[in-house]
Amino acid sequence: MSTATADPVTEATTPPRPAGRRRSRMGRAEARWGVLFAMPAILGFLIFTIGPMVASFIFSLTDWTVGAAPNFIGLGNYQAMVDDPLFWKSLGVTTYYTLAAVPIALVVGFVVAMLVNAGWRRQSMWRTIYYLPTLVPAVASAVLWIWIFNPDSGLFNSVLRALGLPTSNWIYAESTAVPSLIIMSTWGFGNAMVIFLAGLQGVPRHLYEAVALDGGGAWAKFRHVTLPFMTPVIFYNLVTGVIGTFQVFNQAYIMTSGGPNNATLFYIYYLYTQAFTDSQMGYASALAWVLFLIVLVITALLFRNARSWVYYEAGGAR
Amino acid sequence: MSSSMRSVLSVGRRRRRTGDQVTGGRPLTRAMMFLILAFGAAAMLMPFVWLVRSALMTDAQIFINPPQWIPNPVAWENFPDALTAQPFVRYFLNTMIIEVLVVTGTVLTCSLTAFSFARLRWRGRNLVFGLLLTGVMLPYAVTLIPTFVGWAALGALDTFIPLTLPAWFAGAGGGVFNIFLIRQFFLTIPYEMDEAAYIDGANPWQVFTRIVMPLSKPVIVVVTIFTFIGVWNDFLGPLLYLTDSDNFTLALGLATFQSTYTAQWGLLMAASLVVILPIVLLFFVLQRYFVEGVTLTGIKG
Repeated sequence: MSTATADPVTEATTPPRPAGRRRSRMGRAEARWGVLFAMPAILGFLIFTIGPMVASFIFSLTDWTVGAAPNFIGLGNYQAMVDDPLFWKSLGVTTYYTLAAVPIALVVGFVVAMLVNAGWRRQSMWRTIYYLPTLVPAVASAVLWIWIFNPDSGLFNSVLRALGLPTSNWIYAESTAVPSLIIMSTWGFGNAMVIFLAGLQGVPRHLYEAVALDGGGAWAKFRHVTLPFMTPVIFYNLVTGVIGTFQVFNQAYIMTSGGPNNATLFYIYYLYTQAFTDSQMGYASALAWVLFLIVLVITALLFRNARSWVYYEAGGAR
Repeated sequence: MSSSMRSVLSVGRRRRRTGDQVTGGRPLTRAMMFLILAFGAAAMLMPFVWLVRSALMTDAQIFINPPQWIPNPVAWENFPDALTAQPFVRYFLNTMIIEVLVVTGTVLTCSLTAFSFARLRWRGRNLVFGLLLTGVMLPYAVTLIPTFVGWAALGALDTFIPLTLPAWFAGAGGGVFNIFLIRQFFLTIPYEMDEAAYIDGANPWQVFTRIVMPLSKPVIVVVTIFTFIGVWNDFLGPLLYLTDSDNFTLALGLATFQSTYTAQWGLLMAASLVVILPIVLLFFVLQRYFVEGVTLTGIKG
């Protein structure tokens, strides 16, 4: 990747260009252009990220509800959260969903990527079929799955009934609502799979031959070559997967309205109802900051833990 | 995140067919693997089959038990019925207006910024780039409420402005990733080309438009595709900012259609199919870029 031009990140540590009238005038012009070109992003970052971030933190320290004047209440919202059963419920639901959906997507995605990669003549056809579900827009997917989960005439219960098996109430029963949504999310493992597939192309082939020469079989090849080389890709899918699933919203809003009996009260959905249904802008902002902290801590833990199992090729990414 | 991301990027770059290294290729194992592969594929396609057959069935046939698989008669009328039950043409036009504004703004400002970060020197550049990258970590919920309050204070609710204007500031939010992606690509273009142009008296804008951009078509196509899909799929944005149904997008329109016509599965599936089809067609036309893009971004829009 860093063939022709050196990476600017490392370039920056080198001393500035040699001085001299002509050069420095050119350098100044270049700097002006540079700042000008980066201006959209800088302004965007200030207006749409930093500004709202600061505002959100200030909101979180007030009892602001729409239509009433806000009062400064310090950490009152954060204290209230501790005693809010719905906060804990939403945190539990989200954690449950993440702990199941992410590992399933990773394992299934990895296994299918290996299967697809096993030298079939129509590899791209298989890849396309497994990837297709991820293309379905979230709302369309939600509408489709409401119908699939329909207890009377939906796909699942129709098939189960035809086979003489017991049926389920899927998203309409407290105990099966989240598992149903996990099944639905597994349908979209194609994203993780495609990234694994790309990773598999980078595993050096000669190492497989080396294992074969030492008399190693398929398992040894997998365990000592494929798996170590894939750890960075696994790690990438893990981090993005966790961050993504922690922020699910659409399913809860469109399919279950957080129910039944708050069984699918996902964190962001709870935050949304606090802010835009109950107009509790102060409390909802506090919820957002707690989510931010949770995501930060999880990511930090994953990165710390990664040192012990993620393998980087010498001279590679690190 | 960036170190792992970079390794994914570099890994994806080596495009080499290396199939069949793991399995020995014994016929029985191969047959088993093929069966699993085929069974899995059938399971993946099942919801699509269910979608299409329901979209083509009358209500009477949909509720027959045991379920029917072949629509008879084929209820083509579900499509005109669904699309006129609510103003879906209007939703489509609204969506396309937003698409054009967002895609243009994102591609233009993100590549301009990426050009600055990749090929121009200025003090504080790497610091600014690093700061922008940290924005990737921020959950969208943190900025959601103040942004909404801000647009409300400006009287921009129920317009396309909150959904489109941020794109003209390098996308804001998801835009950082686009900048990163385009910058990575720009870094692979030899700097000698810029230098030659500067010696001939070109300014950075000319180098950007005449040299770097024409060479960067692959990454621009990828960013365009994923931005397009992101807008097409966006639900929360339109839900927050659009209230008059004349302003709805397809995604928001479909969601309200679902809550209005709860039990009319034929119509609902027909409408869903219409929302899904353009993306699937886009995929088949631009498949090469898609695979490249997913490998590069790792994230669906």
